[in-house]
Order: sequence, then structure tokens, then C-alpha cells
Amino acid sequence: MSNLSVLFDAPILLVQLIVSGILVGAIFALVAYGMALLWGVMNIINIAQGEFVMIGGYIVFFLARAGVSPIFGIPIAAVVMYGFGLALYRSVIWRIIDQDMFISILATFGISILLQQLGNQLFGSDIRTLPSHLPSLFLAGGMVTVPEIKIVGFVAALAVGAALVVFLRYTRLGQAIRATAQNARAARVLGIDTDRVYAATFALNCAICGAAGGLVAMTWFIQPYLGLTYTLRSFMIVIVAGLGNLPGVILAGTGLGVVEQAAGFILGAEYQTAFVFLLLVVILVGRNMVLARQRRYLK
Amino acid sequence: MNFKLKTLAAMSVAAMLGAGVAQVASAADDTIVLGAAVSLTGKYATLGHNTQDGYNFTAKRINETGGVKVGSKHYKLKIAYYDDESTSARGAQLVERLIKQDHVNFVLGPYSSALTKAVAPITEKYKIPMVEGNGASRGLFTKGYKYLFAVLNTSDYYLRPAVAILAEEAKKEGRDPKSMKIAIAVENDNFSRDVRDGVLEDAKKYGMKVVIDDKLPPDLNDMSTTLTKVKALKPDALLISGHDKGAILGIRQVAAQKVYVPMLAMTHCDSAKVIKKFGKDANYAFCASQWDSNLTYKDRWFGNPQKFAEDFKKAYNYDPPYQVAESAAAVEVFADAIERAGSLDPQKVRDALTKTDMVTFYGPVKFDSTGKNVGKSMVLYQIQNGKYVVVAPSKWAKTKPIYPAPQWDKRQ
Amino acid sequence: MNNRKRDIAIIVAIGVAGIAAPWVAPAVTTQLAFLWLMILFALTWDINGGQMGYNSFGNVLFFGLGVYACALLQRDSGLSYYVALGCGIGLGALVAAGVALILGPAILAIRGHYFAIATLGLAIVAADIASAWEYVGAASGLATPVYPGLIEHRTRFFYYLLFALAALTFLAVRKLYSARFGLAINAIRDDEDKAEAMGLHTTRYKVFAWCISAFFLGAAGGPVGNLVGFIDPQDLAFAGATFGVWMVLMAVLGGKGTLWGPVIGAVVFHITQEVFWTYLLGWQRVAMGLLIVIIVVFFPAGILGWAGRARARPKDPAQPAPATKTAPRPSMEAER
Repeated sequence: MSNLSVLFDAPILLVQLIVSGILVGAIFALVAYGMALLWGVMNIINIAQGEFVMIGGYIVFFLARAGVSPIFGIPIAAVVMYGFGLALYRSVIWRIIDQDMFISILATFGISILLQQLGNQLFGSDIRTLPSHLPSLFLAGGMVTVPEIKIVGFVAALAVGAALVVFLRYTRLGQAIRATAQNARAARVLGIDTDRVYAATFALNCAICGAAGGLVAMTWFIQPYLGLTYTLRSFMIVIVAGLGNLPGVILAGTGLGVVEQAAGFILGAEYQTAFVFLLLVVILVGRNMVLARQRRYLK
Repeated sequence: MNFKLKTLAAMSVAAMLGAGVAQVASAADDTIVLGAAVSLTGKYATLGHNTQDGYNFTAKRINETGGVKVGSKHYKLKIAYYDDESTSARGAQLVERLIKQDHVNFVLGPYSSALTKAVAPITEKYKIPMVEGNGASRGLFTKGYKYLFAVLNTSDYYLRPAVAILAEEAKKEGRDPKSMKIAIAVENDNFSRDVRDGVLEDAKKYGMKVVIDDKLPPDLNDMSTTLTKVKALKPDALLISGHDKGAILGIRQVAAQKVYVPMLAMTHCDSAKVIKKFGKDANYAFCASQWDSNLTYKDRWFGNPQKFAEDFKKAYNYDPPYQVAESAAAVEVFADAIERAGSLDPQKVRDALTKTDMVTFYGPVKFDSTGKNVGKSMVLYQIQNGKYVVVAPSKWAKTKPIYPAPQWDKRQ
Repeated sequence: MNNRKRDIAIIVAIGVAGIAAPWVAPAVTTQLAFLWLMILFALTWDINGGQMGYNSFGNVLFFGLGVYACALLQRDSGLSYYVALGCGIGLGALVAAGVALILGPAILAIRGHYFAIATLGLAIVAADIASAWEYVGAASGLATPVYPGLIEHRTRFFYYLLFALAALTFLAVRKLYSARFGLAINAIRDDEDKAEAMGLHTTRYKVFAWCISAFFLGAAGGPVGNLVGFIDPQDLAFAGATFGVWMVLMAVLGGKGTLWGPVIGAVVFHITQEVFWTYLLGWQRVAMGLLIVIIVVFFPAGILGWAGRARARPKDPAQPAPATKTAPRPSMEAER
């Protein structure tokens, strides 16, 4: 617990933890955003989410090596991933839509190990990084440092989030997606081509992941096996936020980031992941108890 | 459900048995087959490929220069591989398969301490000697294994020289080494925990205080919490170990957050290619290495370390990190021992291995009774002006270490 | 009646094959030992996943507890090898079942995919704690004691241990499914609320079912730890990404919710995997991923379900395929 006393001696560090947590969490939130969309609209849990991030990262990385600035690389990655998502939907995903959700978990798990291994074979297993060429900000006399690239990531996450909200609310396709999420059968009756909606949703998710991957490559590093971290975190964020609660995703994502940073600091890094997942289990159990109580009242 | 369906299970069991019986390795008369389960996929894939390249390169060279002479007969070396996917459970199974089904003559080590730990009981069980160049954990050499031979220094030695330099520099500054504070951040795995143990022991010896002792989970992509602690506690040295990922995260995030430590020391810098990736941000970092191409050893097959590095680069198009070198050395040690044994009998080769006393481009090789190489020592680099410069041991040191590193705002 | 006789004949045949296997094919004894382990994995998973509709992704937790309980007892008890191993296996089984008993009421109250994720979380937490806790060797792992007998006997010894455990699991599960217990957990799968409304004490059955799985998984931990010889917390004991997922896949592949499905699934899966590993160096997991997608997308009811349907078709194409004993879609509406 000596770490805790450090925190009391220098409370400014708490600011650093919170700031880094929020900035880390924003990228998690971005990935979770896509997952929430899939889950809500198509009732699919996508285990390959992290692998989409990985591929996006590699696209941006290879573009950068060919001389394309990541500023353009990220949108290109998003577009390429949109196409990738459409292809994947047309080949595999449409077959599992009306199945038990459990089937979707297994199918996307298969896709995820396939992509991981393909990544390893095609891109090599080297850990790749992209120089961001951005400086860091120093606040509070250097005690709080914020690499600007993380701010870029944060802003990008917010921007994508906002754009998504606007898209879902005001565009024709967005409204169709929301309608399908609420009641697919009714949407079909009303003439919405749900198959097209599903395809667009899935591709959209891939595009989001692709953009996130570019940010990951610029902030940390990419390698073929980084997926699981993002998939698991996205799960957690979506569950904590509650299905269909898109603004909640950003909140839960940044919250998770802060909790992780704090847990890593206070308990030591080796318990960081354990703590986070213990929290997940506790949240699930707690949520269930609350639901059970509500159900009892209703009766 | 009818009868046919249920017999499916029985039939498949039978098929499995049949497949096992049918598989008989067919080694030609004039080849010696070395078996290796290496990590071609999974978290150690890069380093596993380095290992494989080192093995292949050396086997090819030995074959081109006459092969291995046993008695009056010249044998060619052949290496059989499996992919252990960087998981220890798989590694053990695959080595057993190499021995029992593929009937390899001898076994070469996998990549990483964890995998070697999983494999060693198997080779021990079948009394097949294994020479390995990539399992550095000390725990390997306390179990009384008789068929395990390691050409490299154990992992607790990686960062000990850095602690020694820290103590020397403290004395130069007129400070008591006891006043020095150390921060440790290691990946929570076999190898890195051993590196940490070495540092802890030496820190205790000098009376230094370990103020941070973080073990990062293997799936973690971020060490900013540790760096926040570093900023608060201002240690004199930050020691990082975590294979390639640790080196990359360390240099990248220390630079991005402009965390100042007088000494930043780590492992795996060269295999992680930190200079190429981060340029001047990597300057002043200390890097532990098993080997350097500027060492001055003579070698029977490659001439010397420089030649090895050049030829290897020609063949594989990248500069060999030490993982390549130690894997190559493992093959050389086998060739040497087989020739001295004058037989392919595992027991005789094992006995010959215990008497190994040779100099390779990688360094002298001489095994103690536990099977570790006591002939060579570690090398410590510092990155100065975008180049690796050997700073320890003094025999090969080109220049003096720069300590303390300049503050971030004073750097170019 | 006839069916039952056939069943017994097949069981006996497999039993004889199992006993003879190490003598017929000594070179692959270890792989065969793992085959029995896989069968045990699939069978125990199917108790909750297939028969009860509770798809756990964290059952590997119990296996890991068994691995560690046995290895720690062997290390610290000072008993002789066989006694320690025997006690260790027992302890592993009891610890695992005990943990299931304690966690069960809270975790099994969660339904649908939230249950799946909660169990996944538990397995990850366990793996991380095991790799941080110095007493159990932390991430450096734990080496099991050296087998005292002849080297040639070692693999065979563990083979028979695992074979016996798998056989025991099969027979126990078979007995349980034909008893009231089987009907009860099937009722839970089909409609838990209705089952409860009809007076079934669902929580008790659910926890009991989980304890049964945990018990056998825990017992299997000891022999596997000793067979491999080195326990790595993430790669062997709590190997969620491999064993943890394979359990599920094998059961689904064979046909979940049936007695023979998991057995067939495990056998087919294990053989495929070994073949891929041998012949597709470096690409084996690409092939595996592809295979999983194909299985899940085209044969969601598993081999048994698919074969059952194929058999029904020629007779009367107009008639819908007979429902397998599986209910592929446990209700999740309650959650949403």
C-alpha cells in the first residue's frame, strides 16, 4: 500500500492517472462503440473485434511506410475496412444472424484466430510502431505529461462517436439501423431491407475498428496478437454502459481507462488485469441482483 | 441416433491409433536429424523465427563445409521443426513427438525460458541431449537435468552489469551506492522475473533501494502507470525487461512522457530494433545483450563474429540479433560434440557435451555440472548517437558509459 | 431396449480399445492421453452448456484449480509420490467443486451471454492471480515432481489415469442424464422460469450441475500437470484461449446437449488438430479458424444433429428435420 501513500503525498499524480486513463479509455471506447452497434442491431457478439483493430493498424502502418501520412491513412484504413466488412458479411456473417448468439461468438472466434494467424504470416510478427512526430504537453510543472497523439486519439474517438450519433439519428440509413435494432421484424414489414442494414452496420463497425487501429499504431504499437486486449475491454465497456446506450459507451470507456490506471498504480501492474475483470464479474452479478429485485417488484 | 452414428466415435479412435502407427520417420543414412519445436506463431513468433534462422543458417554452413564427421563418415545435418505456438503445453507435446514418432537424433531448444522449462523434462525423460540457446531462466539449472546444455548466460545476468555501473557511477559522484534508488518494470513471465531476481540480488548487495517493482501482465500494451510512479519517486535507474514489447514500450513511453531517469536499462533492444524505430529517443539507453558482432572470437565455421554477421545478413537480409547468434552456437556445439563422441549414440554425445571446451564466434562454451555455459559473459551496450556501443565488460568496452543521461530539454 | 444393448456394446468396445491403445500405438500414447482429456473437457462442458443451456467460457477455471491444488500438495505435503498424487487429485476435485459451490449461486443466477462473459471473466482473473502470486510460483510456473518409476511407464501411467477419469466422467454423466437430474436440467434449458414455476428448485440443480463439471475437471488437473511436467499459469492451467475455448468447440462440433456428441466432437477435433499441426506448419491455426467458421456456420447442430437430419431427409423430404435433443436457441429474451 506504499503506492497509496505516494498518491497522498503527490495528489497531482492523481490528475496524471485520470488524464492518462481518460485518453487510453477513449480508444477502448471507440472500439467498444462498434461492438455496441453490432450487439444492439444484429445481436452478435464479435470476438474478432480486436483483430479488426489490428488489421486497421497494419493498413495505416503500411500506408505510412509508403509515404502516406497517418492523417490520410486513418480514413483510408476506415474505407478499406468498410469494404472488408461488407465482404465478410456477405460471405459469413449473414448466415449467423438469426442464429443463437452463442453461434456468433464461436464463428467470430474462428474468424479471430484465422485473422491473427494470417496477420502473423502476411505481416510478420514483428512489433511495429509508427512515429507520431507530435510532442508532449507538460502541465503542472512537468508532473503531468500528455503526449499530444493521445489527445488526437481522444478527439478522434469523440468525433467518431458524435458523427455516429448524428448519422444514426438523421440519415435515412441510420434511422433504418435504429429501426432494425428496435424490432427487426417490424422493420422488415415496413419495407426496410434489413439485410442491407445489417451489412452496413457490420461494415461500419469494421470501419470504426480500422480507424481505431490507426490510432493504436500511432500511440502504442501493433502486432498480430494484440486483438484480445481490445475485444475483452470492449465487452466490458458495452456491458457496463448497457446495450444501445451509445453515449454511455464513451463514459464507460474512459471510466474503465481511469480504473485500470488507478488499479495498476495502487495494486501493482500484475494485478491490473485481474482487478478489472474481477470488477466485470462483480458488475455482472450486481446488475443481475438489481434486475432480479426489479422483477420481483413487478410481480 | 442409430448404430452407425455411435460407432463414429469408436471408428475415429481407431483411425487415430492407425495414424500413429503409420507414422514412421524416414531419416536417410547419412543425415543427423535435429528436432526443434520453435515458436513460429504466437507471442514469441519474431524471436522464434530468429531462432529458426540461426539454426538453419548454421546447419547449412556446416553441411557446405563437409558436414559432421563421425568416425570416417560425413553426415549432413537436417532440422525437423514443429510450431509450438509460444505455449508451453504444446511445446512439451511436440518435442515428445519429435523424439518418439519422428525419431530425431538430438533436440535443439525452443525459444524462451518458459518453453525450455516445458521441454526439458521431456528430453530428460528420453535421455536425449538438448542444446539450447534461448532458455535463460535460472530455474532450469537447479533441477539436476543431465541432458540439458545451454550456451547462453542465465537471465539473472542480463541487467546485473547495469546495477554495477550504477554503483560505480555513484562512487564517482561521491555518493554512497546505498543512496541509489532503483525502479524495476518487468513483464510478468519466466524470463523477465529472472532478470528481476538478478537485479534484486545485486541491489541488495550494494544496499540500493528498490522503490518500484512492477510486473506488467503479458497482454498489457501500456506502461504509463509505472512511468507515473517513476515520475513521483525519481529513481536513479529504471530497469525494464519484457522481450521486444518491453523494450519498445519502454523507449516509446519514456520519451513520449519525457520521464527523466539518469539510467534507463533494458533487454532485447537490438531484436526490437529500437534505434531504427525511435532514432534519437533511444539514445542513452543501456541494453543487455548475450553477444555482439564486434567481439573478437575465432570460429571454425564462420571465421569470426563480424563475418558471421555479414554472411547472415547476406542470406537473411537483416542484422542478426543475439538470438540468432546463440541459436547458431547451439548447432555448432552439437556438431562439435558429435564429432568428438564419434558416434550418434545419445549417451555418448551427452558425455561429449559435458566435456565441451570450445570457442565459437558467440563466445567460449564450457558447461558446468548443471549444464549452463560458464565460459562467456554478458555484454552491456549503451546507445550513443544512434549506435550501440559496448560499455561493459571492460575488455570490450569501446567507450565510457554516459551517466547520468542528460535531461530531456538538454538533448539534441 | 435394443438401443441400450448397442450402447453398452460400444462402450465396452471403446473401453477395450482404450485399455489396449498404449500397447498398440506406444508412440502416440501422450496424444491419446490428451484425447481422453479432450473428451473429458467436452463432456463436462456439455453438462452446463448443452444440457442446461448455460454456456460457460470459464470452465477452464476448475481445471486450473485442479492442476495447482495437486501440484502444491505434491510440493508441500512431503508425502511419497503416489500418495501425494492420489491425494492431490482428490484435493483438486474437491477444491474445484467447492469453488463451484461457492460461486455457483451468484454466477449461475446470471443468464444468457452475460453468464458466458462472467465466467470468461472468472477464468481470466484466476489466470492473472496465479501469475502474480509468488506462493504458487507466479508467472515463472511450477515444476511437478519427477515420476519415480521407470521412464517407459510414466506416460502409460498418466494415460491410464486420464483414461479412467474420462471413462468415469462418461459413466457418471450417462447415469445422471437418465435420472431425474437430466430431466431437471433439460427443463432449465428449455424454459427456466417455467421450470421454477412448476416447483423445480432450479438454483440447486444448476449449482449441483456446475459442481459435477468442476469435480471432474479438477480431478483431471493433477494428472495433466504431472504429464506435462511444467505448469504455466496462462498456457496450461488457466489456458482460456486454448483449452477453455476448445471445450466449447468440441461439444458444439459433436452436437451439444447429447451424450455422444461431445465424445465424437472431441475425437474429431483432436485428430484434426494433430493433423493440422503436423502438416501445415505455421498455417495450422488459419486452417483451424477456417474449420471453426465452417463448423459453426454450416453445422450449428453439430455432427450428430447434422447426421440425424441427413438421415431423416431421404425418407420424407417434405417433413422438417427431427428436432435434435438440443435446443439451439435458449431463450434470451428475458434479459433484454
